[in-house]
Amino acid sequence: MATFVFLYFAAVIVMAASLVVIVRNPIYSALSLLVMFFHVAGLYVTLHAEFLAAIQIIVYAGAILVLYLFVVMLLNVKQEESFNRQGPVALFLGVVLLTEAVLLTVSRGFTVGTPAPGREGAAVGNTESIGELLYSTYLFPFEIASLILLVAMIGAVILSKKGIMESQ
Amino acid sequence: MSVPVEFYMVLSGLVFIIGLVGVLVRKNLIIILLSIELMLNATNINFVAFSSHFGNLSGQVFVFFALTVAAAEVAVGLAIIIALYRHHASINVDDFSLLKW
Repeated sequence: MATFVFLYFAAVIVMAASLVVIVRNPIYSALSLLVMFFHVAGLYVTLHAEFLAAIQIIVYAGAILVLYLFVVMLLNVKQEESFNRQGPVALFLGVVLLTEAVLLTVSRGFTVGTPAPGREGAAVGNTESIGELLYSTYLFPFEIASLILLVAMIGAVILSKKGIMESQ
Repeated sequence: MSVPVEFYMVLSGLVFIIGLVGVLVRKNLIIILLSIELMLNATNINFVAFSSHFGNLSGQVFVFFALTVAAAEVAVGLAIIIALYRHHASINVDDFSLLKW
């Protein structure tokens, strides 16, 4: 049963991801990315990561994708004519990645380590345990993340505001 | 929890390669940024799958950080796209060759 659920989510994720690349219209591309985000959130729920599923929908689908759609509507771009011609580079990169994957799978066997013996932390909620980890072990990276967001905010304002650099 | 973690790795690899192909093949800057989002999501799937597999919550915390970086990247990237469109009236990557050697 769990395998069927996973296969459904995986099939929709791969199809939506391919549509993002294949479809010519950027709006349809962004909307199929929305479908993919929702199914990734469903996958997170099956993996017992409920907090991340909520964050995925709120931040990715609710904030980031809306920003993309704003820009697509704002620029009003025409549909592009052709795909890029980078055959040799793409082929080289694909072959390197494929041989790497095959070598890693074949040469050392395919072991990913032993799974956890039991699911501890079932008594504590997912959000609560993540919060405890975030504010104890990962406190410093958490503060760095807030700094990154501040820098991104200032950078976005400076880049997109007209005439803020020329006025001085 | 009967789904093996290898399935998640294969799914993540597929989505990552689709995103990579999108970055290499498309000319529209917005689609290129969307493909980068695809690659970030592929790594996030891997993080959550292994976090559940090993019973260790650190992977989910790293997804949180990856999401922060994705949000910052989107904000700055879209601002750059708007600035480029203002100067060249185009977001086709073929029109921007200033940094090419």
